[in-house]
Amino acid sequence: MNTAKIFTELFQGFGNTVLLFAVTLILSIPLGLVIAFGSMSKFKPLKAISKGFVWIIRGTPLMLQILLVSFIPFYLFGIMNKDFAGFFGISISSLLFIFVVIAFTINYACYFSEIFRGGIESIPKGQYEAGQVLGMTKSQIFFKVILLQVFKKVLAPTSNEVITLVKDTALAQILGVIDLLNAANHAVNTYVVLTPLVYAAIFYLIFNGLLTILFGYLEKKMNFYKE
Amino acid sequence: MAYLEIKNFNKTFKDGFKVLNDIELSVEKGEVISIIGSSGSGKTTLLRCINFLETPDCGNMVLDGEVLFNGEDTKKDNDLTLRNKRLNFGLVFQSFNLFPQYNVFKNVTLAPTLLLNGKIKAYKKELKTQKLPRAEYKRLLKEFKENEKKAITDDGLKLLEKIGLSDKINSYPCQLSGGQQQRVAIARALALKPKILCFDEPTSALDPELTGEVLSVIKALKEEDRTMIIVTHEMGFAKNVSDKVIFMSEGKIIESGSSEEIFDHPKSEKLIHFLSNVSDKETV
Repeated sequence: MNTAKIFTELFQGFGNTVLLFAVTLILSIPLGLVIAFGSMSKFKPLKAISKGFVWIIRGTPLMLQILLVSFIPFYLFGIMNKDFAGFFGISISSLLFIFVVIAFTINYACYFSEIFRGGIESIPKGQYEAGQVLGMTKSQIFFKVILLQVFKKVLAPTSNEVITLVKDTALAQILGVIDLLNAANHAVNTYVVLTPLVYAAIFYLIFNGLLTILFGYLEKKMNFYKE
Repeated sequence: MAYLEIKNFNKTFKDGFKVLNDIELSVEKGEVISIIGSSGSGKTTLLRCINFLETPDCGNMVLDGEVLFNGEDTKKDNDLTLRNKRLNFGLVFQSFNLFPQYNVFKNVTLAPTLLLNGKIKAYKKELKTQKLPRAEYKRLLKEFKENEKKAITDDGLKLLEKIGLSDKINSYPCQLSGGQQQRVAIARALALKPKILCFDEPTSALDPELTGEVLSVIKALKEEDRTMIIVTHEMGFAKNVSDKVIFMSEGKIIESGSSEEIFDHPKSEKLIHFLSNVSDKETV
């Protein structure tokens, strides 16, 4: 009897986990690319700001960043989160979820930016010059010549980050978001059994297993050429 | 006035190294010029300046009556102008620099296809001024696109046939030998119909047994009266193919003349020394 209830709870938590995972990924990859360009910029102040930002974000715990984001309304506007949520006409739990998404996005964007920067900088200068002498514009060179080569190079390190992200989603519970682990923990306390934790572990494993297969597939797909 | 006229090219690198010192160079249409000299003599930098990959500190360059570079003009070219200027020249690199993710055919046709976008835009503008009925406008535009695309495809196929790689159209650069890659790079440069084709040590990265195929492609281009500037370490080839040979040392042109003058009757001490060093190496 309880198993059905436990699984209902776990699936609800898992839904939040997947949502947080997907939104973070969708937002942090483009943002990471932007930050990567910032830290490669020839304009020194922009470069310094980008590098400093990455240093701060990578140098502090994600959990601390989540907490800090949740205090922003109060410190910036002197408004409690409850009223802040009311102002936008959303529930407090939605607001907290948005805070978590913001912190995750910024955090992962910084890690991705370093991966992308490494990838972009590893493309030989000759590829740019070949594009230049062939009369291509800067954006044509980037999108038609460089980007796919970067994609191939960053696949493996990116898959690492993505798998870490799946597990990091458990940090969302610091703001009371009911993610998979939070739900499992709740079930453990409610039904006084340990099995929900095992189930949760299996959920994570399956999710990451699928991601591993996906990245393996992509890497294989990209093997159609070598440098 | 010669076809390509370069005057007073000077360039000093940031570290103070004077890499080009008062370079004067003139190339007639259909002429093949070889530039020889030891490493660090500025040959490659000269070629890169001609192709707008580097900017000389001063001097000027005129091609076919059009001023392409004037050191006194401090205004920087905008991107479009610069690209159009670059398109006067083609450059074949020492390390090929083919695009690894594209097959041979796409490598050759990519740049012309991208340029076509600009042409289509211009044609659209032109059509709009004619105030044609919508259907007619669409038909003309479609026809234009199809013709241009077909021209690019035909052109690419013809070039690949010329370099003898028609059977490798669908191969990726990684599946080709160095010599084949360099031939594709030559076809890629030719696809944009440059007025002058430049080679930066085109065989230096190749195994000795592969240099021949690249050199014979260049020779075949000479038969077509293409204007070419070749930086090379292949003395035998330079002697054979060049209408004029230029010897550079320490950023200066020390001697220039016909290949007989340079190779058989060198005048300057430096050139004599250079040639004897090279022939020593070749006999060892």
